[in-house]
Formats: sequence, C-alpha cells, structure tokens
Amino acid sequence: MTQASESSAIAAGAKVVLDIANVSKKFGGVTAVDGVSVRVPTGRILSVIGPNGAGKTSLLNMISGFYKPDTGYIHLNGRDITSKKPNQIAAMGIARTFQNIALFSGLTVLDNLMLGRHVRMKAGVFASALYWGWAQKEEIAHRERCEEIIEFLKLQDLRKQQTAALAYGLRKRVELGRALALEPEVLLLDEPMGGMNQEEKEEMARYILDVNQERGITVVLIEHDMGVVMDISDEVVVLDRGRRIGGGTPEEVQRDPQVIQAYLGVAKGGDAA
Amino acid sequence: MFHRESGYFKTTYRADQALYPLPIARWTVAVFAVLALVLPQLLTVLSGAQSAEYYISIVNFILIAIVGALGLNILVGYTGQISIGHAAFMSVGAYTAANLAVRAGMPFWVTLPAAGLMAAAVGAVVGVPSLRIKGLYLAIATLAAQLIIEWTINHVPWISGGSQASIEIPRPELFGFVLKEHRELYYLFLVVAVLSIVATLNLVRSRIGRAFVAIRDQDIAAEIIGIDIFKYKTLSFAISSFYAGVTGVLYTYLYGVANYENFQITTSIDYLAMIIIGGQGSVLGSIFGATFVTLLPIVIRVFMENVGVFLFTEQELPAVIPAVRLGVFGLLIIVFLVLEPEGLNRLWRNIRSYFRVWPFSY
Repeated sequence: MTQASESSAIAAGAKVVLDIANVSKKFGGVTAVDGVSVRVPTGRILSVIGPNGAGKTSLLNMISGFYKPDTGYIHLNGRDITSKKPNQIAAMGIARTFQNIALFSGLTVLDNLMLGRHVRMKAGVFASALYWGWAQKEEIAHRERCEEIIEFLKLQDLRKQQTAALAYGLRKRVELGRALALEPEVLLLDEPMGGMNQEEKEEMARYILDVNQERGITVVLIEHDMGVVMDISDEVVVLDRGRRIGGGTPEEVQRDPQVIQAYLGVAKGGDAA
Repeated sequence: MFHRESGYFKTTYRADQALYPLPIARWTVAVFAVLALVLPQLLTVLSGAQSAEYYISIVNFILIAIVGALGLNILVGYTGQISIGHAAFMSVGAYTAANLAVRAGMPFWVTLPAAGLMAAAVGAVVGVPSLRIKGLYLAIATLAAQLIIEWTINHVPWISGGSQASIEIPRPELFGFVLKEHRELYYLFLVVAVLSIVATLNLVRSRIGRAFVAIRDQDIAAEIIGIDIFKYKTLSFAISSFYAGVTGVLYTYLYGVANYENFQITTSIDYLAMIIIGGQGSVLGSIFGATFVTLLPIVIRVFMENVGVFLFTEQELPAVIPAVRLGVFGLLIIVFLVLEPEGLNRLWRNIRSYFRVWPFSY
C-alpha cells in the first residue's frame, strides 16, 4: 500500500499543486473521510474512485472549503487553504462542478459564464450602476473571454438561452464552462459524466482532456465510469469507507488486489485483472 | 414597444450589450422622454389646470412608488431575500432628511442622498441576520426591524421632533425656485425615478447584479465561483434600503411633512404587492407594479362611487370602499401568485412576442 500511494508521477519528480495531507472529517458518529493524503501533480488528471459513500465528494468539499477538515491540512501551491472560505479558495484558483448540476437557472448561458469571471472582475456598486467608461470596458473584455469558452465548448447557439431550459448534457457542459471562466489552476469535477449516454461521455472526456492539455489546468476527477477513468487519468486514487486503499497509475490500480476486492468485487478463481 | 428585430446584426459586444440595441427602441424611449417632459402642460391643455393638478399628483405617487419598488425588487426579486420592513427604511430616510432640512437647512440635493445613505446603513445592519436565516425566518426578522424602527422613531423625540412624531419639511428649492405645486414637484420626482431606473438597469446587467441573482438561484454554487455571500447579501440590503430611504424623502417632500404613520407595515405590504403583481426580478415589472398598485385604489373608489350607490347607501360607502380595496388587493396577489408568478411583466412579454411575428403565426 505504501508503494502504491507513491504514484509514478510523483516519483518522477512532478511538481505538486495540491497537497492534501492526512485529512479526516467526521459527521456525528460517521467518519466520512479518515486520514486521507493525496498529492495532486501539476498539470495532470487525477481521478478519485471508490464505491458509494467512500468519501469522494466529502474530500472534494474539503478542498473547496465547504467542510473544514477535523485533522490534517490542504495546501495549494504551498499556501494553506485548510480554513479558507469557499469564495476565497475560488479566488485562489480552484474551480469545481457539482454532481447535481448547480447552475444559475434564471440566467442565460452567457451570464452563467460571466459569473464564473466574478472574481476576476472589479466593478463595484457605483461603477456597475453607471455602466460607463472602464466598467463597460471591463464588461466587454470579460465578455470576450467568455466567448472563447463558448466557442471551445460549442455553446454558440445557446449563449442567450436560460440554462433552466437546456438539456441535461448541455447543462453539464455549461457548468464546466462556468468553472473554466474562473481561469482556475485546479479544476475539481464531481461526476461530470453521471447520467450521460456513451456519446455524451466521449464528448465530455474530450473536453476534459483538452482542458488539461491545451489550457494546462490540473484536473481532479470523481467518476464512476471506469472505462473513462482508466482512459484519461494520469493517476488514480482509490477510497473505500473514508480511507485511501490504493493509488497509482491506472494500470497499477487495475492490478492492485486490494482495490479489486473493495471496488470491483471479490476476484473469483484468481483471474481478476 | 412593438417592433421587429430582423435585419439588425450586431457586430460588437458593446452593441450586443446595449440596453436598447435597436434604433426603433431608442426612438420609442425618446418619444417617452419627450412625453414625460411635457406631461404637465399636456394635461393642462387636455383637462384644465385644476384636474391637471390632480392627475399630476397621481403620477407623482406613481413615480415615487417606482423608486421604492425598484429597491425592494433588487432585494426580493433579484437577490431572493425577503423583507417586510421596506417601509421602515423609508421612514429612516424621511426623518433623516427632515432633520437635516430643518436643523441644518440642507437643500434637497443634500438631504436626498444623505437620507439614502442613512437608510442604507440601517438596512445593512438589518441584513446581517440574512446570512444565517432564510425565508420565513428572515421575514420575521425584517418584520421585527420594521416594528423596532417604528417604535424608536415614535419614542425618541430627538429623531421625531416631539409628541406628534412629525416634522414639517420646507419645500424643496432649486436656484431660488421653490417647488410647491404637484406640477413642479413632478420634475424632481421624474428625475429621481429615471435615475433610479437607469441605475437599476445597469446594476442588474453587470457584475453586482449577476452576483445577486447567483445568490438567489444557487447560493452554494455562488460561493464556489467566488462570491462572498455575506458581503453581497448585506450589500443588497443596503442598496435596497438606499432606494427606500430616497423614497421616504420623496414622500416627505410631497406631503410636506415626515410622519411615521405613512411608513407602517401596510406600506411595506403594498410594496411587496407591487413587485409580486408587477414581476419579481424585473425593472419593467417594478414600474408596472408601482403604477398598478397606485392606481388600483383610485379605480376602486371611482368604481364604487358610480356603481356602489346601487348596492349601498351614501352613508355606508366611505366604510365599504377601504374594505373592497383590501379585498381586491388580497385577491389580486393570490391570483398573480397562482396564475402568473412572473407578474405583469410576463404578460407584457407574452403580448410583445405575439406581436413580434404578427400577422404571421411564426
């Protein structure tokens, strides 16, 4: 297990952008996350897998600041973010999407993306109310950045549509766009392909790879579709009942007997892999 | 108004973000502006000086209500918070202005923003609990604010100016010209109302307004994209109360006196009715609602005076009219909540989209 947790990427000396060390979270008598350590290498795709209730989303919630860990710390580029508030963590460069889409349903696609740029904009009450001079220029400059993302995610024909009226797969894509608009260093994706059909999954996987490779954004991914996880991840971390039970490259994880037992089911007749 | 959009192609983001992107829409606005400027003269020509003064007084009430309704809509319609204490912030503004005018001889262009700022400060404090409580509980908290502010003004002579709790305010004056009549005050109210409308339109289409709507639609997601919920909820209360404070000052200049009785809980409810009937989260809806709720009692009174005489004796009528007014009011709120929660603004949009393609079906 100790060998497995030292991933090949880290071993190869990659820089660590997100350092999660020994974090735990209890809810009443239930330990959702129990002493988990994950080091997320810069510019890679790291997936967190595990059965339902393994603590994956709780871990994400601690990174983005919704839960404060009971033990341990989380560092972003060496800066402690353990006790920061979600909005501060967002401003420091961590964006995320939600398992159950959390878009602003009364707003258009464009406005949702513009909200993603909130922390990058400056206009205050008076500048906004005047909407003149630099406030207007700022609005236009940021609009241009959002249009880039709209183009990237092929949302051109939907930019002025209210998100409440969009199909499920499109809403997932808009949510990804909103997270990208923040220009994050780290992108946390909580089941971006949940409830999608094969075609939509492939499309989303393509976008995630593009985000990672072309924009150089580090991705932390929670996903149940093992095929996708093993295909696009550089590194996989396996959780079970709040504990980290394994990790490494997709190949290593697929061979790890402990992982197979916990996640993929007990191997029958020893022909697991 | 009614116009078609075909044939116009926007080539810059600036053009796309304009409030009135189409030339014909800008012309419509220009026509309205001219009409508004000559309205008193127009009414005088049409109906004689005396009735004109009466009609203008109604318009004045509408203009003032627009300012207050816009403020409440920013808080309730756009930010999704609830307040039944809107009238209390008006009274804060009213007494601030009255005291400044009487004690320090301040002109209206000082008392107006000063009263707004004072109300904003009080509003921000009242908004603090909104971080922890939502919905009904917040409603009760703002109700408490309404009653506490009312009580305080009523019981602190230093604020309220003595036993009657009312302060006479000198007429507003600009360059030695005193605004006495409704037709003169009209221009003051018009300017303030137009400024409020433009400021609100700009606010809700830019960074601050988007943050408000984000909090309304999905407060968790709002936090995750970097919006400081507490700051923006407080800010929304402050901005909303600023409008309310200004509204209070305008009422005070209209009546010539600051009196807390004009800003009791029934007034708060009137304003909530305006934004429910007009349309929550809509500037145009605020204007519709303010107009509708201001005109409704007048229409009911005229109706009852002409039709009610067949049902009631002349002695009964004065007692019946307020009851009918309350009944119709309550009924309308329920009807709108059930049938058209997006209010008059939605009806207007439906009519517009019908005529957009008329006379073709699509």
